[in-house]
Parts: sequence; structure tokens; C-alpha cells
Amino acid sequence: MTATLEPEASIDADVATPEFEAAREQQKRRQGLFMALPAYLYLFVFFVIPLVIVIVYSFATRTRFGTELSGWNIDSYRRLGDPLVRDILLRSTTLAVITTLICLLLAYPFAYYMSTRSEKTRNLMLVFVMIPFWTNFLVRNYAWRVILGSDGPYSRLSEAIGFGEGRLLFTNVAVILGLVYGFLPFMILPLYAAIERIDGRLLEASRDLYASGFQSFRHVLLPLSMPGVVAGSILVFVPSLGAYVTPAILGGAKTTLLGSYIVTQFLSARDWPFGAALSFVLMAVMLTSTIVYFRKGGRTL
Amino acid sequence: MTAAVDIKGVTKRFDDVYAVDDIDLSIADGEFFAMLGPSGCGKTTTLRMIAGLEFPTMGSLKIFGEEVGTLPPNKRPVNTVFQNYALFPHMSVLDNVSFGLRMNKVDKTTAAKKAHELIELVQLSGMEKRRPSQLSGGQQQRVALARALVNEPKVLLLDEPLGALDLKLRQEMQGELKSLQRELGVSFVFVTHDQEEALTMADRIAVMHNGKLLQVGTPEDIYERPANRFVADFIGQTNLLDAVVEDDDMIILENGTRLMAPNPLPPGTKVAMSLRPEAVDIGPRGTVPAEHQKTSLEGVVESMTYLGHALDYTVKIGWIDLEVRADAVHAEQRFQPGDEVAVWWDRTSDWVVAD
Ligand SMILES: Nc1ncnc2c1ncn2[C@@H]1O[C@H](COP(=O)(O)OP(=O)(O)O)[C@@H](O)[C@H]1O
Ligand SMILES: [Mg+2]
Repeated sequence: MTATLEPEASIDADVATPEFEAAREQQKRRQGLFMALPAYLYLFVFFVIPLVIVIVYSFATRTRFGTELSGWNIDSYRRLGDPLVRDILLRSTTLAVITTLICLLLAYPFAYYMSTRSEKTRNLMLVFVMIPFWTNFLVRNYAWRVILGSDGPYSRLSEAIGFGEGRLLFTNVAVILGLVYGFLPFMILPLYAAIERIDGRLLEASRDLYASGFQSFRHVLLPLSMPGVVAGSILVFVPSLGAYVTPAILGGAKTTLLGSYIVTQFLSARDWPFGAALSFVLMAVMLTSTIVYFRKGGRTL
Repeated sequence: MTAAVDIKGVTKRFDDVYAVDDIDLSIADGEFFAMLGPSGCGKTTTLRMIAGLEFPTMGSLKIFGEEVGTLPPNKRPVNTVFQNYALFPHMSVLDNVSFGLRMNKVDKTTAAKKAHELIELVQLSGMEKRRPSQLSGGQQQRVALARALVNEPKVLLLDEPLGALDLKLRQEMQGELKSLQRELGVSFVFVTHDQEEALTMADRIAVMHNGKLLQVGTPEDIYERPANRFVADFIGQTNLLDAVVEDDDMIILENGTRLMAPNPLPPGTKVAMSLRPEAVDIGPRGTVPAEHQKTSLEGVVESMTYLGHALDYTVKIGWIDLEVRADAVHAEQRFQPGDEVAVWWDRTSDWVVAD
């Protein structure tokens, strides 16, 4: 497709001149722009415009009757320092970090194992990794509620073993469990993609050069799979940080997390400027992570 | 003296493929040993078993007298120069070369010092900080060599180390590798599918085919006294004439011609006579010297190729084409296609192999 859009015909090309070259360069840069237009349009309408609205609102004033788009101020951002808000931010971050680490620890060995299987087994395993996506996210979270619930398999099992009636539901542990379960595939896939492309002979070479299995991992496999580690961590950390559904279904009422806090600002507290400020902070984290990812040589996806 | 590598009855099976099939091999300390054979014959697998990257299905494998059959690679006193080098792309040249020492917990300054020495030895001084991707193929090859040799292995394994280089560089590296090996006195086990490379570099050559070891010997043994038809055909260019043994002095060709060819085989054995093109003389009919009467054939020149230093003739001997190489400088007479000629050879330059 790209080759057919060459500009030769439109330019008198008997003699190569700097103008000719510049024109060609420009044509090259514009190549395919037309076909990308719908996507650009989509991104503009549904991403850029809402983002701008959020930013604008975060500087607005809250009144008794709603939000007033005047009297611009940064009060909403000041409130991020409130002890209550700080606690929520801290708690959400901690939960997201723990979720990311657990996912990393579970996914890495699995991704490595998968990459060492035969092509057929690998594809089968990939399908298994993606099977959860065939069911609605909400339904899957409710399934965990049943599993962890007071008369569910978990409490029966813990009773049978003799630990008494274990209570997990509506705790942070349940939330982490749900998040790990929900986002694990987002860790496995980029890790697998990164590990799978590493030349296996490099690991053999390291073993031949006196590296133990662990040294081989530490000095060869891990550094070479770093793009996958970074990509997977971002893909798990960012949605965990702003998670709403899982904490709402599996979490306790006392432990508010960032996602539900934002929802509260918009729906019940009617404090749109503050909700917008919180959302913008969350988005800033995402953007920063994405930039870090592309800087770290993220060409895995 | 204990052999550097001692292989007894080693077999390696992958599912139902016998990659290496019951081979016996002994490689001496300080020897330049080549493993030669067509692609897929099991050379790499043999090398990998010595390195510990593959474990034998059966058999005994000793390195300097120590049984290493299932010892992991990091516990063996051998190092490998991998096919396509397998340099660590995320490390500098220096870090690549010092890798083995660092893994062996050699202290940092000593490791760096030794690495620098080796980098100098392979003439890459000044490139320590570069990444492998910033080096040419020949330079990468040298890094791979330095990375293996820095550990002072008792045996160095090289898997087609020159295969990826262009001809000129390859010839240069052949000389360098050979002199490096002499200088260090370390056994080199060198895998190649290039028979010329094996002949020029090795002290001894093992010829493999379909996982089996066909012959082990000096380059002269292999070239002049091939053990069988495959070796004769694989090493250099040769004419193979099918025949049957008459007695210990004579063989009979397919068309009934009797030729003198001393051999130890029982009468009636089906054999092939290997005749190197450069060992055959060509002349007009009726000029065959008396002593060559029983080692001569008559034919018609079919084609002639001028090579500058030599003339290659294809001579049609009734049922078979014979390749003959004549020295261009000393040839008394040149022949054209259609000329009726006789060809003859020395009694000692033919070689009979069992089919
Ligand atoms: N890991 C493996 N799994 C299955 N078959 C293999 C494996 N390694 C090698 N083989 C087979 O063993 C035979 C010998 O291979 P190899 O030792 O690489 O040959 P060479 O180096 O002489 O070209 C080939 O038929 C190859 O397909
Ligand atoms: Mg090979």
C-alpha cells in the first residue's frame, strides 16, 4: 500500500534537486494520513475534548447549585493534601503496588515457562490466559464474591481445615485478590512477548560462561525482558490505581479507594471540580507511566 | 596421557531422530580437532554434549578423565564460541568478555584486567565500550573468541565460527585461529561443514554423516585414504568408479575393463574406486607410458574449462564421465572437445572403498 503512494508522477523528476528531495520528504510524512484520519478524529472527540473538559472543571468553583465556570482557582488541587484524601491516595497506591508485584511474581515464571513450550502448547496456553475475557468483568467479580462469601467454598474449606470461619470478603485482601485475578493477563501477555523474543542461545551462552541458573536469570533474562516487565507493570498498576468495580464489589465500606472516591465526588458529593482534579491526577500518573514505558524501549506491544 | 575429551558409545536421540548415533572419539590435549560433515549430521549436537548444553541419551563422556555426562555447563572446564556468536546485546564488549570471570566470582579489578588482555589479544583495543550491534561480523567473532578464552578453558569448542564471514575474512581468521591455538596450546574442537577449512586447519578430522562417525584421521588420511564412498565423495572432488574386486591386485569395472588396484578386500566385493582429478594424466591415444598400461582408460574429451592455472577436462569413458585436472603450465598439449585421448594414473593414487 505504501509503495503505491510514491510521488514521482507529480513532480518533474528529471534532475534531483534539494526541492525535489524536500517535496518527497513531505509527501512521505503525509503518506497514509488520509487513512488514519478517522482514528485521529475519534481520539480527538472522545479523548482530547473530555480531557480538556476535565482540566477546565478542575479549576472551576463549586457552588450550592452546581459548578460555576468562573472564579478560577486551584483549591481542588490544594485539597489533595488533606489527611483524608492523602490516606485514600496512599492506600490506593499501596494496593496497586502490591497488586502489581504479585502479578509480576506470578506472571514471570509462567510467561517464561510458556515461552519454552512448543508452538502448539504455547498457543493453547495463550488461549487459556485469555479465557477469563470471555466473561463480563462484573460477572467475574461477583463470582469472587460467591467464592469468598460467608457460605462459599472459601469459608467452608477454611472451616474444614480447622482455621475457623475465615473472613476475606470486604477486606483489602479480597480486593487485591480480585485485582490480581482481573489484571494478571495484562502482565502475562507483554512479559511473554518480551521473553519469547529473547534468543535462547544467550541463556545457553551464559550457562556455558559459568553462570548458575539464577545468575543467568539475573544478568541475561531479566535485563533483556525489561521492556515486558515495564509494560506489564504499567498495564496492571494504572488500572489498579483507579479501579472502581472490584473494590466496590469485594472491598469493605470503610476502606475507600481512589476510584470510588472520585465517583462519590461526581455523583453524591456533587463536587465536580474536586472530582475532576482527582481524575486529572490519576490521568497524569497514567501519562507519566506511558512516557516512562516508551522511554524504556517499550516496543513490545 | 589422558585425553582432553573422551567419548565412548555416546548416542543422542531427539524423539525418534538419532542426532548422534553411538560414536567413539578421543581428542588429545592441545589438538586442533575438526568435526566435519554436511548440515544435520550431528556435529553441533556432539559439541553441545561436550559443553553440557545437551545430555547424552547413552554413553560415557569424559573431560580430562572426569566423567561429565550430566554435569551442567557451568561446572565444566570448557567454553564455547557459538554459531552466530550469541553475544549479550545489552552489554558492552568489555562486559561480554569479562562475563565468565564475573560469574566465577573473580574480583572486579582482576576480571577487568584479564578482559582487557584478551581484548588486546584479539585486536579489539579501543572498542571496549561498544555494544555488539556496533561491531562488524568479524569483530563480533573476535569478541566471542575473547569471551570464551578469557576463562582459560581446557577445551575450546567452536561451532562453525567462521561460517558467517565472507571469504577473505574467513581465510584471514583461519590463519589467526590456527596460530592462536598453537600459541595457547589448548585443545580446539572445531565444527565445520567446509571440508577445505577442516583440511587446512585441523591436526585431525572426524567425518560425520547421519549421526555416525565415518572416519577419524589426519587430513592426509581423510583425503588420500578415505574409509568409504561417502568420505571420498564429501572430501574434495573425486571420480568414483563402480567396480567389483577380482583379487587383491585387480578390480573389474562395470564394462569389464580390468584395472590394477591393490586392495585388501575379498573377491566379488562391490567397491568404488576413488580417483582424484588432479592425480590423472591425459595424453593422446597410444602414448600411455608402459608402467601405466594397467591403470589407464581411453575416452573422448567432452569439454574443457580453462581455470588459468589449470585445465579441467571432462572425458567420456564409454559409460561414465571422468573429471581430469591438468596443470596449465606443464601440459605438453591441450585438447579440444572431440579429441580422442587416453588417461592414466599412478598405482598409488587410486583408492578403493567398499560400497
Ligand atoms: N533440540 C532438538 N530437537 C530435535 N531434533 C534436534 C534437536 N537438535 C538437533 N536435532 C536434530 O538432530 C540432527 C543433528 O543436528 P545437528 O547436531 O544440529 O547437526 P549439524 O550441526 O551437523 O548440522 C538433525 O537432524 C536435527 O534436526
Ligand atoms: Mg550445526
